[in-house]
Amino acid sequence: MAYLELNNVYKTYGQGNHATNVLSNINLSIEEGEFVAIVGFTGSGKTTLVNLINGLLEPTKGEILFKGEPVVGTSHERGVIFQNYSLLPWLTVGQNVYMAVKEAFPKKSKRELHDIVAEYVEMVSLTPAINKRPKELSGGMRQRVAVARALAMKPEMIIMDEPLGALDALTRGNLQDEILKIWGKEKRTALLITNDVDEGIYMADRIIPLRPGPKATLGPEFKIDIERPRDKTELNDNANFKETRNAIIEYLMDIGNERKSEAQEVFELPDVTPKSFVGRF
Amino acid sequence: MKQSITLNRVTKFMGLGFLITLKSLFTGELDKEGFKNFLRKIVVPIASIFLFIGLWHMGAKSLYNIEAEYKIEKALTEQGQEAAEVMRACIASGDVSCQPNTLPSPAQVWESYKTLLRDHQVIKADKVAFAEKTAALNAKRVAEGKDPITYTGRPSFVDQIFTSLKTVFAGFLLALVIAVPIGVIIGLSKTLRSSVNWLIQIFKPVSPVVWLLLVFMIVKTMTKDSNSDSAFIISFISVGLCSMWATLVNTAMGVASVDKDYINVAKVLKLGPVQKVFKVILPSSLPLIFTGLRITLSVAWMVLIAIELLAQSPGLGSFVWEEFQNGAIDSNSKIIVAMFVIGGIGFLLDRIMLTIQNTVSFNKTSGI
Ligand SMILES: Nc1ncnc2c1ncn2[C@@H]1O[C@H](COP(=O)(O)OP(=O)(O)O)[C@@H](O)[C@H]1O
Ligand SMILES: [Mg+2]
Repeated sequence: MAYLELNNVYKTYGQGNHATNVLSNINLSIEEGEFVAIVGFTGSGKTTLVNLINGLLEPTKGEILFKGEPVVGTSHERGVIFQNYSLLPWLTVGQNVYMAVKEAFPKKSKRELHDIVAEYVEMVSLTPAINKRPKELSGGMRQRVAVARALAMKPEMIIMDEPLGALDALTRGNLQDEILKIWGKEKRTALLITNDVDEGIYMADRIIPLRPGPKATLGPEFKIDIERPRDKTELNDNANFKETRNAIIEYLMDIGNERKSEAQEVFELPDVTPKSFVGRF
Repeated sequence: MKQSITLNRVTKFMGLGFLITLKSLFTGELDKEGFKNFLRKIVVPIASIFLFIGLWHMGAKSLYNIEAEYKIEKALTEQGQEAAEVMRACIASGDVSCQPNTLPSPAQVWESYKTLLRDHQVIKADKVAFAEKTAALNAKRVAEGKDPITYTGRPSFVDQIFTSLKTVFAGFLLALVIAVPIGVIIGLSKTLRSSVNWLIQIFKPVSPVVWLLLVFMIVKTMTKDSNSDSAFIISFISVGLCSMWATLVNTAMGVASVDKDYINVAKVLKLGPVQKVFKVILPSSLPLIFTGLRITLSVAWMVLIAIELLAQSPGLGSFVWEEFQNGAIDSNSKIIVAMFVIGGIGFLLDRIMLTIQNTVSFNKTSGI
């Protein structure tokens, strides 16, 4: 039995005429300690998939099993890094992290909690900004707070929804390494959503493309057989890396083209004389 | 330098940014942009004040002339030529017995303002004297377990202001205590919201007068056998009930429209329902709640005058009413003094609320 299992999961927003079928027939299984990346275009349903796994959404059809149990609601065992940071603007950086840590470790003393906060804020190099509020921070800094908040809760499984999207290349690299370090040290399980194939290859054991919706499904998986710890500079010369990278990009390009030609068929305009809309608005 | 930065911040914060321009005029730090600002923020407003006073003066003068002509005309038709001449001479001499009763001029209003202040000084001195005179007697009465003798003389204009402020704050606190908790509860539940919506929509536009009568019906019966100050109770409860709707609606709206992201955070952290309300929902709706409270305070102040007037409860409202019924020569100008005082205090209260609102809101809104 896998650590996380999605069986024939469907997700539809709305009902009747307004229904949008976002995800369709999703099957995914992740083993304990594995690092899986999902790549996909914007709007293909990645966030929806993440929210199904972390328990914020319920599937319309199908089942989601976490350690063999159906996912009902959220759990501290599954930590989430939201795509849009979701920091509480009235709290400082430290307070945002503290609030999470306090919920995750209700039995620890105030001292211990503050130590954990300091440790994780330092990890994302935000110690100088610990007393600032989110609106005083840049987008990248906010995202680092979100990373610190999720990791400080020490979840068994880390679910990351494009966590490094807004970061500059340098910070991005640093945080990738931090996340990998934490994942490796305590043998957590990780699910990374990204739109950056290189990031996926650098970090994950497996990459699975999400074919664009409506009715998005998962594509074939790509195994990354590159030894850890991986070295970014050497990676570029690694034959295995190049091959995998090309294969994935080709696949994504293909489905991108497919989508384009489909779109042409679907949106062919009927040959009618335009009505006058004057006075209708 | 540091001090001036904080000064700038504080004044901007309170929506009194023009003070900064004024300061830089005196310190000579004014550049071209600053000079434009100086013109716009200081010279133009002051010019408009003078224009206003000028127009007022001329308007008052022409009203005075119309009224005077009418009086003379009336004397002429009713009592003949001689009486008309007497009337004309009387008006020209400035005798109080025959002055036309109309809109007072700015100068008259200023005189009345000074009269009211002098009156206040007199009453204050009188009070002090009274307290000294009765000190020994009161000490004895208290020792004997009797109520001390209190000053029962006429309240001065300044006393009336403080009475009104007391009433408005009591009413505001009542509104806060009722509207915020109910607003939160309504905001949390969609079902509750739609079930009490009709009630809110119906009660919100009810006039202060009707509230007053309603409160009067209830309080009169409830305080039948106690000797508490029922006029005060009636007026502050009416003020509270009239003004609480803005806070109620805003609180409910703020609570109902909390950003979904924050709710998701609360869910992922697994906050309990109480924690969720106090740590996520309330802080995120504070800006809207305070906007509501600000409206509530200004409405409270506005209806207070009418309610005091009707409830015969002491304060600025009854001051205005008494002056109006009094009909003395300077009554009209005293009423206008009261009008400016009421407006000024309303403005100050609004600035105070704006300042508090700015301190609690995490995304700053500038005042209007
Ligand atoms: N709450 C919702 N109600 C209706 N449609 C939604 C909702 N959330 C997302 N969608 C739609 O589902 C699709 C996938 O959205 P999302 O999961 O956010 O994609 P991604 O994260 O890959 O950019 C989009 O077309 C979006 O418009
Ligand atoms: Mg997304």
